[in-house]
Parts: sequence; C-alpha cells; structure tokens
Amino acid sequence: MWDYSETVQEHFFNPRNAGAVEAANGVGEVGSLSCGDALRLTLKVDPETETILEAGFQTFGCGSAIASSSALTEIIKGMTLSEALKVSNQDIADYLDGLPPEKMHCSVMGREALQAAVANYRGEEWKDDHEEGALICKCFAIDAVMIEETIRANGLRSVEAVTNYTKAGGGCSSCHEGIEEILGRVLAEQGEQLVINAVAAEARQPRTGLTNLQRIRRIEELLDEIRPNLQRDHGDVELVEVDGRHIYVKMTGACSGCQMAATTLGGIQQHLAEGLSEFILVLPAEELACRATVGG
Amino acid sequence: MDKGIYLDNNATTMVAPEVVEAMLPYFTEQFGNPSSLHQFGNQVGRALKVARKQVQALLGAEHDSEIIFTSCGTESDSTAILSALKAQPERREIITSVVEHPAILTLCQYLEKDGYTVHYLKVDKRGRLDLQEYARLLSDQVAVVSIMWANNESGTLFPVEEMAEMARAAGVMFHTDAVQAVGKLPINLQESCIDMLSLSGHKLHAPKGIGVLYLRRGVRFRPLLRGGHQERGRRAGTENAASIVALGKACEMAGEALAYEERVVRSMRDRLEQGIIEQVSHCFVTGDPENRLPNTCNIAFEFIEGEAILLLLNKMGIAASSGSACTSGSLEPSHVMRAMDIPFTAAHGSVRFSFSRYNTMEEVERVIAAMPLIVQRLRKLSPYWNGDAPADEPGQEFAPTYA
Repeated sequence: MWDYSETVQEHFFNPRNAGAVEAANGVGEVGSLSCGDALRLTLKVDPETETILEAGFQTFGCGSAIASSSALTEIIKGMTLSEALKVSNQDIADYLDGLPPEKMHCSVMGREALQAAVANYRGEEWKDDHEEGALICKCFAIDAVMIEETIRANGLRSVEAVTNYTKAGGGCSSCHEGIEEILGRVLAEQGEQLVINAVAAEARQPRTGLTNLQRIRRIEELLDEIRPNLQRDHGDVELVEVDGRHIYVKMTGACSGCQMAATTLGGIQQHLAEGLSEFILVLPAEELACRATVGG
Repeated sequence: MDKGIYLDNNATTMVAPEVVEAMLPYFTEQFGNPSSLHQFGNQVGRALKVARKQVQALLGAEHDSEIIFTSCGTESDSTAILSALKAQPERREIITSVVEHPAILTLCQYLEKDGYTVHYLKVDKRGRLDLQEYARLLSDQVAVVSIMWANNESGTLFPVEEMAEMARAAGVMFHTDAVQAVGKLPINLQESCIDMLSLSGHKLHAPKGIGVLYLRRGVRFRPLLRGGHQERGRRAGTENAASIVALGKACEMAGEALAYEERVVRSMRDRLEQGIIEQVSHCFVTGDPENRLPNTCNIAFEFIEGEAILLLLNKMGIAASSGSACTSGSLEPSHVMRAMDIPFTAAHGSVRFSFSRYNTMEEVERVIAAMPLIVQRLRKLSPYWNGDAPADEPGQEFAPTYA
C-alpha cells in the first residue's frame, strides 16, 4: 500500500468542501488519462473583488486524488483569482505533507482544474499544455515524455547526461534500463547508436577528487617521504603502476628479497593510504606480471 | 478492531499452522545440507523426498522426478519459457494471452526485443479465449505456448487441458502458469498433455520463496541456473529445505481440502457476491461467472475508484485488492480489465475478493454489511454521480478535459 502522510489520510477520510457549490460561477472539469482520474471543481467568485468565496470538488479517483482535491479547495478559499492561479501543484503536495512520486499527478490535476475553473469564470477557453508519460524515475517523479523531450532538446547521449538535465536516474539508479531504452530509441531515430558504459562511472575513478596525473604525483611525493628510511637500510622503492586502488611498487637494493619486504610494503601501504585519504592496496610489481598472464 | 477479515488470498495466503510446525525443525536440529553424506544431511534428504511425493500427488504427476523445486512462481515461469527457447533454437515464436501475469508478459515483451515473435491471444468481454484463433497460430515455428490456468484477477479458467492437447497435436510444447489453480481445483497432469506447469507455495498456505516447475519426463529441457547437481542438475543451488518440507505439507493439506474448497469456499464466495449485488446498484461481476475459481469474485463498482474503496475497507479491517490503476504502482489500469473491454469508469472501481478455507460465513456477512455504505460515501464525491443515480448520460453530463 502507498505510504500516505497523516495529512493525506486525514483529507481522504474527512474530505473538506466535497460536492458542488450552489450557484457556482466558475467550473473546471479535468481528467488525467494516465490513471483515469477526473475532477470537477466548482467556484463561487465575488465579481467585485474576484475573491473565491466558496470552492467545492467532486472527484473520481484514488485516495490521493480525493485528498489533493480537498487540499486544493482549502488552499484557495478566500484567495483572489490571481493569487489562486499562483498555487502550484507542489503547493498542493506540500499542504498534504508530500505525496508519493507516483501520485504527484494528482496534484497536477488539481492545479489544472483550478486553471480551467478560472478560465471558465472569465469566459475563456482553457487548453491543457501538459503531456504526461509513463513514470520512469520514481525517486524524482520524472516521466518518459519529460525525459524524451529533454534528450531531443539538448541532444543528450548518455544516461549520465539525462540525470544531469532531468535528475532522472540520479537516485537509486534502478530506472537506468528504462532511460537507456528511451535514449536508444531517440538516438536510433537520428541514425546514431547508444554507447554504453556497463560499469558504474564512480567505481572507475578514485574518490580523491584528484585527476589521475595529480594522484600519481601525490603517490610519488608520499614515496619520497619514506624513501630516506629505506635508503638508510641500503634499499629503495620504485613506483611501477597505478591501477585504480591497486598500486604496484618494486623494492630495490637491499629491500629486494629482504625477509621484511612484506612488512615494509605494509608500512608503505599505510603511509600512502593516510596520505591519499583513500583505501588502497600496495602490491609488489611481480603481482602485476601475474595479473597480465591470467588476463585479469 | 479484531484481527481483521482477509479476503486477498489470490495475493498471498496465511501459512497454515500445521505447515509452520512441519518446517520449523528444518531451521534448527535438521539444518544439514541434503547433499551431505553424514546423518545431518541424510535426514533432510529423506524429508525432501517425502515433500516431492506430496507435491507429485497433488499435481497427479506420473513421476516424482518431474517435480523441480524453485524459488517462486516467477522463476518457474522464466525457467519454462527460456528452456523451451534454448532447447529449440530454430523456433522463434511464442503463443500466450493478453491477460497473463506479469511473470509471463514482461518476459515475453523482453524476448520480443531479442527478435522473438510473441502472439498474444485476446479475450472477449467475459475474459474467454478464441480457440480458433489459437489453432491458427500453432505451427512448427512456435517454441512454446504459455497460458495461465486461472486468472488471478477475475478467477476465469482457461481450457488449458484442451489447449495442451491441441499443442501436442501440432508438436508444440505447452506450459501453464497454474499458481492460482493449484490447490483450488483437482489437477491430474499424467492424464493431460501439459508439458510444464508453474506453481507458487505462498498461494496455497506454504511460505513465500518456494515454487515448483513441473517438467514432464522426456520434454527437452535446458536449466536456467547451472551449478551443483541439485534437482538432478536442472535447478542448481542448495535446496530451501525448510520451505520444501513446508510446501509438501501444504500440498498434502490442499489435496485433502479440495472438496471443502469446492463446496464451502464456493458457497461463501457466492453469498458475498449475491449479497453485494443485491444491495449495491450499478455494479457487476467481471470475468466468466460460470467458469472460474471457486474462491475468487471480482466486482466492478461503477463511477468510483478502487483504491479509495480499498482504503475505506481497510479502515474497517477488511482486506481486498483492486484492478484500479492507482493500486498497482504502475498508473496503468489493470491489463486484465482493459483486455475485457470494461469501461474505465468501472474498471477503475473493480475490487477482487479472494477467499481461502480459513474464511468464515460470519466474515462474509460483515463485508456485505459494510460495502453499501462505502460505495455510497464515495459516489457522493464522484462527479459521475448525482443524488442516488448516475449523472444523466455520464459521458455528456461530466466531460473533463483530459491531459
């Protein structure tokens, strides 16, 4: 079952202003095709001051649709029309202490009913300019239409770019398959192909905030700091390779073949880890050769 | 409020107390790995053997080796379909129906992306298939037919035994997702032409996380999970021993309760349906009332929405479910209701009551008493309703602008 706030439940079980207002002079009727909900909002507006004296709703819809309608009528009562038109769907959701992402469209329907009712009062025709698609990102309530339009408008080519532009996919990341699908379709229309990085981008970059080059320089500096200790024992250390968290070094001079080499490596590892503020592994260069042979 | 009235047994069932009792020792003293040689494993291995026999008996399977334990109904469904495709690579078509469970439909849609052709059999307004259309589609291009035995939402039964015979005659493999049927209807697989069948433990008073794929001896098979020798190499992975023992016990009990299900559970369902329809105007039973599970009743209440009904029922301690868009999390109204061409003002108000042998007639009367007030309360809020009748000509009276 949905995770409805106390306020949503309260407005559902005890809806305010239910039913049509007598002698209404502004009526808005809207529906959301995506879930089949529909709402009629009736307003009684004072023609002198354009103040909303009474508001009533009739809703065919789920718990949050009814709660959103009830909240809307409570918010706008006593407002002037121009004040009321500034009420956003987020205001309705906030009034209810939030709505589940799947249910945000209920508040959108409320705002649209209000616009339609005001247009009706003013003798204008209200046109809906909002298209709603299937919900893709549940963390940030972003739908397919929004994602597709943003991809087209900005020539996006990766899931990461879609996340940067729309927030979609920036949370739990379970919708990345859905985003890739939309990307693939749009790119295919343009005769392009989606290039995919199967591994999460962050795992490829150490989290130090350093570029690769800066990081390697830093490792060299850190090694230089402990070099005098090794040279005192007629040994030395040489940096051979840096592969993400794996740092390969070669022990030279007296250190090479020394029985204390493992202990020394441990000391170097600790020094580097502290200096870089990240978790790393210091490995002897011979390991690198082993890895190359097994192809790992 | 007391413990509440649970009428959502097609979603999941209570684990029977006897089943809990049977499985508990397999968490504690009987913890061994059934593959082990020593006494700890040995006894567990014997218990699994008994459970396999119990499942075999409920399904009427010819051999106990035709029972493969899996983790759930979905795994059984995926294993069956993917095996059929892998075992017959030259066949690139699948036949299924538009009202299958997502365990089948989502997989089929995914396979379409891989180039397979999926034929979705349509249903009529009562949820019935057109067998002539089916017969036309059977060919040597079809790798597998997958048709559910009973629909989870409406309870409507499909003639799977007949369809399996037709498939056999055309040389096509036949799978049925029978998670809603097993334990509610007598099943005798050895007399049928069904090649594969999926069942799920938690639908028949066993715990969640255990399922079965029935695989007829001799049907070409390719495992989904490869690894150890468990389930004769057809489903690798250490056995969920406690749950297998539980499922065995649950199958034994279900077999004994079949007559009760048919007589008593059916009469409770019928009483609920009749009681509601008599008192509430503008509602109707969906699906094929003459041909459905004894425990399932799906009523569409016009001009109101299912989630709102469920929330009010829940407040009174009554648990049911709905085909409304808003209860599914997907925003899509139930594909089953849409497939039956039910008007959306009714499809959104469809409520499913599903019974088990643990319900009572006293509970039924309480639901019958509660329902009219709930419907009345929501219709008062509905723009499609006026006083105590639908607003004249609903479509014309209330005509919202759709986004």
